[in-house]
Amino acid sequence: MALSRLSLRSNPFLKPSTTSIRRHVSTDTTPITIETAVPFESHLCDAPSRSVVTSSSEILSFFRDMARMRRTEIAADSLYKAKMIRGFCHLYDGQEALAVGMEAAITKKDAIITSYRDHCTFLGRGGELVEAFSELMGRKRGCSNGKGGSMHFYKKDACFYGGHGIVGAQIPLGCGLAFAQKYSKEEFVTFALYGDGAANQGQLFEALNIAALWDLPAILVCENNHYGMGTATWRSAKSPAYFKRGDYVPGLKVDGMDALAVKQACKFAKEHALKNGPIVLEMDTYRYHGHSMSDPGSTYRTRDEVSGVRQVRDPIERVRKLLLSYDIATEKELKDMEKEVRKEVDDAVAQAKESPVPEPSELFTNMYVKDCGVESFGADRKELKVTLT
Amino acid sequence: MASLLSRFCRKLAVPGSAHGARMVSTTTSCGSETVKSLNLYSAINQALHIALETDPRSYVFGEDVGFGGVFRCTTGLAERFGKNRVFNTPLCEQGIVGFGIGLAAMGNRAVVEIQFADYIYPAFDQIVNEAAKFRYRSGNQFNCGGLTIRAPYGAVGHGGHYHSQSPEAFFCHVPGIKVVIPRSPREAKGLLLSSIRDPNPVVFFEPKWLYRQAVEEVPEHDYMIPLSEAEVIRQGNDITLVGWGAQLTVMEQACLDAEKEGISCELIDLKTLLPWDKETVETSVKKTGRLLISHEAPVTGGFGAEISATILERCFLKLEAPVSRVCGLDTPFPLVFEPFYMPTKNKILDAIKSTVNY
Repeated sequence: MALSRLSLRSNPFLKPSTTSIRRHVSTDTTPITIETAVPFESHLCDAPSRSVVTSSSEILSFFRDMARMRRTEIAADSLYKAKMIRGFCHLYDGQEALAVGMEAAITKKDAIITSYRDHCTFLGRGGELVEAFSELMGRKRGCSNGKGGSMHFYKKDACFYGGHGIVGAQIPLGCGLAFAQKYSKEEFVTFALYGDGAANQGQLFEALNIAALWDLPAILVCENNHYGMGTATWRSAKSPAYFKRGDYVPGLKVDGMDALAVKQACKFAKEHALKNGPIVLEMDTYRYHGHSMSDPGSTYRTRDEVSGVRQVRDPIERVRKLLLSYDIATEKELKDMEKEVRKEVDDAVAQAKESPVPEPSELFTNMYVKDCGVESFGADRKELKVTLT
Repeated sequence: MASLLSRFCRKLAVPGSAHGARMVSTTTSCGSETVKSLNLYSAINQALHIALETDPRSYVFGEDVGFGGVFRCTTGLAERFGKNRVFNTPLCEQGIVGFGIGLAAMGNRAVVEIQFADYIYPAFDQIVNEAAKFRYRSGNQFNCGGLTIRAPYGAVGHGGHYHSQSPEAFFCHVPGIKVVIPRSPREAKGLLLSSIRDPNPVVFFEPKWLYRQAVEEVPEHDYMIPLSEAEVIRQGNDITLVGWGAQLTVMEQACLDAEKEGISCELIDLKTLLPWDKETVETSVKKTGRLLISHEAPVTGGFGAEISATILERCFLKLEAPVSRVCGLDTPFPLVFEPFYMPTKNKILDAIKSTVNY
């Protein structure tokens, strides 16, 4: 993907000749070692090293993927306000580093399961923009055929198990996935993501106990964006050190706005889980939008706080600075990349708008296995009978 | 008897006069009373203010109630009564309800909020196995009658699977608790105050669609509407319609349309689903000979089934036609398919006609 885009820039009339040198560097996979800004904090284990091995092409892909995710969430915001997206829409902007960092450390055979804030996780797993927007708008071309909506994105071939509306319900599910993986002996792991609000759900501790008892390759990732809807962590948790709440389960606290730190932590966690069973990762991150599009996000936090985080900790800006300081790309190239991403997203939205809504008969499908023969009454009990499939 | 105007923003104004088998209205004629035009969440807010004011041992808590709650029902409470009585809880429904039962067991009034009825299920065990059976299994030594659980329920037009459910049927199957559902702001305030002060644990479902949509003249003073008393909100002779909550608005529309075709419909608001007022419905069906029940929850196993079975037992020989149920479909609450799923005015009208013409 990066290569095809770069070929556009080979036109000598548009670029200074120094760009041709940069072109080698930006697809370069020779290892670079970068130190994370913030050290890891660990609980019952040795923290991984702060030196992350990466490469120019990887950092550039981080930038591109995060810019795409950011652009997607902003487009979703406008579409929601234009009432093209209905229902509830929970946006991920500010937390992109988590999605890209995790992907960089694992394979598509490792499973990810998350909550309802799943648009970017879906994109990280290789989901297409047009599928995402179609699903948001409830169209046939969506990843869940238009029947799921914003909170229920899934991608089976990339082992992305969604997309869950009920807070915390995905955690025992994730441990179950890990259980199946352990049986298969194929050395894959499951990342079960949840938020700081869900961290107080009883089912988390039940699942963690079982996972630890049976040594399951489950990695529980707490995306701590410091607010459970409208309640700050210090008001909802006696111990906001979520990485320590596993008690007998080791944990790691990570700067979730630093894609490289996230990558390092996830790599470490995968190795740990395969050898020693479950581990809890706490990602210190932040969401710019409110909890959902119905929440302005300003009744429980100040605008200064939000803009402060945006100025100091924004994940995309961090990667931009990295790219500039390591001379991997110029300002202009990055701006061009952002423009391309914007166009990609706009095109996807236009395509998604053209997809039709699912057929009315789809209302009754996918409830049971076909030919289960369960009858249901349709609109008028006396006339329309439907067999549920 | 002053007739109260229920004005809904986008709906026709329907006069709701409370004549019929039971006179339920507890307000005197409007002469000396101050009434104010309020929407549903403001009426509930007023009720909560009054409840906390009149009983110093009452508490309101739940997720995000401190800043006013996601539907603004708890605005101003924390500022007025303090963080010791109105506070946020962590995100754990099971914990919240269990905590409320404990508080109530010590003689306090706990008004617990579950943010959406769709999230009440983790607390289901606490409600069914603890709250409902506490008095019974302790031989009346202990009880959690001071517990009231409030939850917004019902469709909003675009809520999808987890912001639109109507779980009332699950709770109607549990002896030991009460289930109350108001239809409008004035009803909500009176019923909520009754529920809070009722010496039994009550699950109070609020139709979230009406939080802003429904506007009505609500008396400003402290008043209660009795539980387990249904109200005939529209007189008629040909068919009895029974419903609750937001669905009544839709049913009223169908009644008006049916009248144009010469069918006179009697509409009953059940108000309390458990224990429900069988006498009022029975009297009405003995008069009309036909019954239609409508609710948003899926038809199979919905509360309409209980009403149908009971009325059949009591009014079998008086029935001219089978009992009709116009309800949600037997599917999970869909996202894009919501208009197909819902028991709309036309579906009800069709059922009215086919029942009358049976």
